[in-house]
Amino acid sequence: MITNTEIYSLTVNGTKREVRDAWVGESLLYVLRERLGLPGSKGACEQGECGSCTVIMDGQAVCSCLVMAATAIDSEITTVEGLTSDGSLTAVQDAFITEGGVQCGFCTPGLVVAIEHLLANNPEPTELEIKESISGNICRCTGYGRIFEAVATAVSTRRANL
Amino acid sequence: MTVLVPLTLKEALIATSANPSAQIIQGGTDLMVEINFNHRKPTDVIALRRVNEIRGYKISDDRSSVTVGAGLPYQAMEHGELAELFPALAQAARTVGSPQIRAAGSIGGNLGTCSPAGDALPVLSALNAIVNLNTATGSREISVHDFMVGVKRNARQPGEIIVSTTLPIINGWQGYAKVGVRNAMVISVASCCLVVDRIAGAIAVSLGAVGPTIVRCRETEAWLASQVDLKKVATVAPNLIKEFGDRIASESKPIDDHRSTAAYRRHAVATLSRRLLMRANTQ
Repeated sequence: MITNTEIYSLTVNGTKREVRDAWVGESLLYVLRERLGLPGSKGACEQGECGSCTVIMDGQAVCSCLVMAATAIDSEITTVEGLTSDGSLTAVQDAFITEGGVQCGFCTPGLVVAIEHLLANNPEPTELEIKESISGNICRCTGYGRIFEAVATAVSTRRANL
Repeated sequence: MTVLVPLTLKEALIATSANPSAQIIQGGTDLMVEINFNHRKPTDVIALRRVNEIRGYKISDDRSSVTVGAGLPYQAMEHGELAELFPALAQAARTVGSPQIRAAGSIGGNLGTCSPAGDALPVLSALNAIVNLNTATGSREISVHDFMVGVKRNARQPGEIIVSTTLPIINGWQGYAKVGVRNAMVISVASCCLVVDRIAGAIAVSLGAVGPTIVRCRETEAWLASQVDLKKVATVAPNLIKEFGDRIASESKPIDDHRSTAAYRRHAVATLSRRLLMRANTQ
């Protein structure tokens, strides 16, 4: 049994981070942004409908707004900031830039994480699988066309780099 | 406030019996929304996400039923063995939220929240599922029909944990259909599950989001059984399908709310139920 009342630790992007003086009912999204200085994950709907807060937790793409942070103490959490260790861009991030997949940019971190998760498990996804994998990420600017182009480019870049 | 993260079911049951009023959290997809919007501020929370004993499923030795762990995420029901045994459950699972939500949400959470729009609940109702509840000192089973008592109200007692649900394996076609405002990431405006039992010669129909809790359409089921002997014939005649939908609509008890109107929901369940019956016919 693990009990949390005041201080707890989260493993974020490979580093153990201590959370203190926080209300233990806070969402993982809030803790990442406001307690741990990781504002890459965005908060919009806070009810799991928009996907802009998507992070990888124990190998699953999840909405960080729907995870009670204090329950995630022994999980491995990867945010958009931790997709590479040296601050370089992944093939997916690079493709978003070259294909114009970013307009206002608010949904971008969540989409990038969701697509990274897709390609990590399925390097050659079909069109339907791509659509399904980002069905929980809402973008109001692009109309998604440039995002699908970015995924196609990222798939071929990753294939070339194998 | 305290947050307990038990690592075994035994630890979880001891924790709930020590603090029966503690808020239990499974996937968090309902509870965290209430917390994020300040609609609820629990004092003590028991999180079940690390209790692996309730995150699997087991087929009975005689292959008559499957007991599905309350914490098994919906993504595990979309494809594979469970999806083959319970196609309606797989279809319902695929309509739950998004991949992110299906990685977290579970039948136990649907039962705990007991919203009439819970996607798995019409399937549980049409299959006559059994809900299995444990306490630190014992266990009980209850029919899902008796478990769901009203809008977001169920028969779980303080100190109990929903550990699993037992679903009978039924010989016959089954399907689930749902109407929402778009295809992905949507809460039901109306939903319907239809299960054909070839051995019993019966059709079960349950509706979601058109009443205070799931509506099991027993009057229409009885009427259909009086019209067609499903033990002998495999299909329902087209003129009966029309009346079937009308009767289903009249058994629903929808309201106007922020998601839709009662009139549209009545229309939707008539269409969904007819559509499912036609699909059952062609199988």
